[in-house]
Amino acid sequence: MSRACGANHGAQMTWHASTELLRGYADGDDLAADVVWAVEVHLESCADCRARLAAQAVSVTPLLDQVWAGLEPSPEPAPVRRGRWLATWATPAMGPWLGMTVLITLLALVADRLIPQPFPSLALLLAPIAPVAGVAAAWARGLDPAHELVAATPRAGLYLVLRRTVAVLAVVIPLLAVATWTSPLRWLLPCLAFTVATLALGAFTGVRRAAAVLVGGWAALVIGPSLVTARPPAVLEPAALGVWAAVLVAGAAVVRLRAAVFTRLEL
Amino acid sequence: MPRMVSAAEIAPTTYPHQIHAQGLRVRAGRRMAVDGVDLSLTTGVHGLLGPNGAGKTTLIRALATVLRPAGGELDLLGGADPRAVRRRLGYLPQEFGHYRRFTVREFVEYMAWLKEMPKADLPGAVQRAIERVGLTDRADDKLKTLSGGMVRRAGIAQAIVNDPAILLLDEPTAGLDPTQRMDFRRLLREFAGDTCVVVSTHLVEDVAAACTDVVLLDAGKVVFQGASAELAAAGTDADAGDSPMERGYSALLARGAGR
Repeated sequence: MSRACGANHGAQMTWHASTELLRGYADGDDLAADVVWAVEVHLESCADCRARLAAQAVSVTPLLDQVWAGLEPSPEPAPVRRGRWLATWATPAMGPWLGMTVLITLLALVADRLIPQPFPSLALLLAPIAPVAGVAAAWARGLDPAHELVAATPRAGLYLVLRRTVAVLAVVIPLLAVATWTSPLRWLLPCLAFTVATLALGAFTGVRRAAAVLVGGWAALVIGPSLVTARPPAVLEPAALGVWAAVLVAGAAVVRLRAAVFTRLEL
Repeated sequence: MPRMVSAAEIAPTTYPHQIHAQGLRVRAGRRMAVDGVDLSLTTGVHGLLGPNGAGKTTLIRALATVLRPAGGELDLLGGADPRAVRRRLGYLPQEFGHYRRFTVREFVEYMAWLKEMPKADLPGAVQRAIERVGLTDRADDKLKTLSGGMVRRAGIAQAIVNDPAILLLDEPTAGLDPTQRMDFRRLLREFAGDTCVVVSTHLVEDVAAACTDVVLLDAGKVVFQGASAELAAAGTDADAGDSPMERGYSALLARGAGR
């Protein structure tokens, strides 16, 4: 090894690699492993020898270029696209159901404009069940194709379900505010109560079944009679707000208690 | 780019088996589809074999923590907290549902987000997973434009994006052509070194080609667990089947049924 570069490159750096050795190194000659090692250690700390190596290394320039090219950072992965945050709030599976909700509410709005006034407002009658379809699509095995995949992830659970529910409400509430064109006092609490009730009932029966039962029940027991008698239902009068508040609180308590259901595959 | 390695990643494991089940019972609807399974699985590729209806999917779902066991014990990664276990889990369900409008990259990225991966690691990890399954050139194509085999590879990419300690694949070779099946088995062998892979299949040749050992399930019970060679050795010429593995398979099933 001493032949090469005076391995004692401690305090005094008087030994340097010979030109012959550097040429051999640059040409990739079959040098002994310890010699190669010693040369490399020396080259790391000796700018002169590096410069002399560079002069010898003409034949390996293409190789060096190749190595440098390999060390270049690889093309950046595609930049984060717009709209990725959206997927963390709402799944594509919710899209069609939200679209349907918007369409029906707008149709109710048009119908309300066409029908003479004393008739109960259709938009108001539909307001409580407006979020139900979206909520069902947010966490229903039959409606979300990726349900099983999502259910096995750490983020699955009440937090994710509520996040998606908030996304539904963010669409539905402004829509209802425009469509009903009355004080939110009359429809906001029923709307929230139905949202929570869907999840609460869904924790026992599956969200899809719960949504079907609630929508069917509301249509049969409230919308139907109200259309037949042409009178607004009593349950949407301000006097009934206490009941809606009670449903909301009870539903929220049930959802909280049954939260573990939302970390597993739905029934 | 160099990546910071967290203390958790290099911490020694403190459990002998990634998967440890004792007397595990899991319901599928009203039926007890997994009925008293004892299983200890460690690093390697474990083939979960059995006739249709043997309880393979239900067992995999229980291992994926999406079904709650009706009885018995199930310890994953030494009984760690369920959320921590899920962060280190990769799962490809039998019916791999996906969002058709997502590109491969968007989909894998979304799953990585659901697996609570650190935001800084996301793009790199997603790219690696996609490269590993050989979908680099289709990474920005929508899933609906991909063939069945490619969609399944995208499914595997989402399963491995978080470098799982437990990888659960339910019938991953269904719908793949022979070349794709071979590619898939090669990929499986890559994982054998550092991951506990459970592959359910009803194809005996999948097991022969890619698995280090076999768990044979019938009517919700484990009827055999051992190396692939032992499965082959269990069969005699009198048993039904075209290969030693198949003869061993039918011999063990017949024996299990006779018990």
